[in-house]
Amino acid sequence: MESTQQTESKIIELKPFTDEMIVNMGPQHPSTHGVLRLELRLDGEIVREAIPHIGYLHRCFEKHSENLSYPQIIPFTDRMDYVAAMNQNWGFCLAVEKLLEADETKDFEVPERAEYLRVLICELNRIASHLLSFGTYGMDIGAFTPFLYAFRDRERLLLLFEKVCGARLTYNYIRIGGVSEIIPLEPGSIAEQNYLDEIEGFLDYFEPKIDDYNDLLTSNSIFSERTMGVAVMSEEMALSYGATGPNLRGSGVDWDLRRDEPYSIYDRFEYDIPVAKDIPELGAVLGDCWSRYKIRMDEMKESVKIVRQILAEGLPDGPVMADMKAVRPPKGEIYFRSEAPRGELGFYIVSDGTPKPVRVKGRSPCFSALSALQELSRGLMVADIIAIIGSIDIVMGEVDR
Amino acid sequence: MNPEEIYKTLSDKFGGAILGYDTELAGDPNIQIAPTAIADVCQFLAETDTLAFDSLMCLSGIDLGVKEEDLSIVYHLYGMQHRHTVVLKTSVPKTDAHLPTVSHIWKTADWHEREAYDLYGILFEGHTDLRRILLPDDWEGYPLRKDYQEPDFYRGMRVPY
Repeated sequence: MESTQQTESKIIELKPFTDEMIVNMGPQHPSTHGVLRLELRLDGEIVREAIPHIGYLHRCFEKHSENLSYPQIIPFTDRMDYVAAMNQNWGFCLAVEKLLEADETKDFEVPERAEYLRVLICELNRIASHLLSFGTYGMDIGAFTPFLYAFRDRERLLLLFEKVCGARLTYNYIRIGGVSEIIPLEPGSIAEQNYLDEIEGFLDYFEPKIDDYNDLLTSNSIFSERTMGVAVMSEEMALSYGATGPNLRGSGVDWDLRRDEPYSIYDRFEYDIPVAKDIPELGAVLGDCWSRYKIRMDEMKESVKIVRQILAEGLPDGPVMADMKAVRPPKGEIYFRSEAPRGELGFYIVSDGTPKPVRVKGRSPCFSALSALQELSRGLMVADIIAIIGSIDIVMGEVDR
Repeated sequence: MNPEEIYKTLSDKFGGAILGYDTELAGDPNIQIAPTAIADVCQFLAETDTLAFDSLMCLSGIDLGVKEEDLSIVYHLYGMQHRHTVVLKTSVPKTDAHLPTVSHIWKTADWHEREAYDLYGILFEGHTDLRRILLPDDWEGYPLRKDYQEPDFYRGMRVPY
């Protein structure tokens, strides 16, 4: 008797509206950018509720980290956001370095040359990541051409990364105390000059292309119709949900960790932080899908600016690794955040003074941004869900860790 | 405000619920708070104009070891307006891990608390939708606890490989 009652109450719970239909979107669906399952409760084509179910790519990053030494964790961070793995490596290394610096008995400093290489590579990786976001977003909305163009250009960047670390996606290039020396780039050597020339060649080729892509997709009327005014995220909502990076700037908050909490050598370069605003003549509303997308397009230009400044200055001489024997942070804990392409990437590390951490938590920008999806999608059409997912630019490897 | 001033403000307001201010260890200093008061303290931090902590950067559970009796929960807060940061820490016993939710104050806490529940088995009272988030619904145990023993089989599949 009791069990029937339970089943009945379940039916009532699942069917609050007579015409409601439940559709599972995902986990295998190209527009979900990985393995994300959405439980859609639909009234015709209107979404009453879209409940995200995540965890399909959970690989226990945090549990693994507790059993590994600090340098061994870096390859695991590669697999968080595999589209911008350099930035993930860097985020983790920055947190460990910050903890090492807190140890007053030891003198620890990252060499100048390594800092320059880090900024150079990570800004290029930011471009690669935004290119992927731009290309796949176009494809989600129904334009196939931008995808091909984006991947063509991204390929050149991947070749550049391959030349410094031998890998195309999971780099393990940035190490605690510097960068990897697996493929040596001797200061002042021909190899170094060739490498920098190649980067410059790419920038000369790529910079005008951004305008082409804006003509191709950003101002495309079908694309605009699908994205402008859709899923507006207000400033308060973005802050409350912990949306960061392009998603936060897309809601009009002028905030970028590279400028506002400068780390590494970002304070030496000149660049602008693109922030979205209302553009009534186009139809764009502050905080809509189009604004978030446009921020990424503008950021690519800013990254080009930073890389050009490094190329003009040239890489400084010196070693690329700090002089240290073992990575053994003092007893303590640190939360350090850096600006990854998808937003604020934080690492919370608890150390007990041994070579292995007690706790590593990765604060993933996509995880927080994705939690806003349920509220954003309420009352919209099914097709808009795809537009929202693409515009918040998630990578499931990072959401699920 | 720096963390020390925030600690003083909180002590004046909440008295005995603020247990201490820890600066001994390397890295970020943290303010220790009684678990029952955490929601009130967070509400105060978020709504007072001079503090205005409008974003929760990170919420994490910690298990320091098998011999420890407590689990810790750490809140990293940031105030966009005053550009200041504070770290709150609270601990609950492993055998009866529960404390009030803060998901009504910052919406991002919703998923972060679900994650802490999923991996540590910490119950957040008043959370509207506390279920597993990363692991399957029928998973047994809380993997990030140090005394966690992984099962031999999950639905007929061998787990250790």
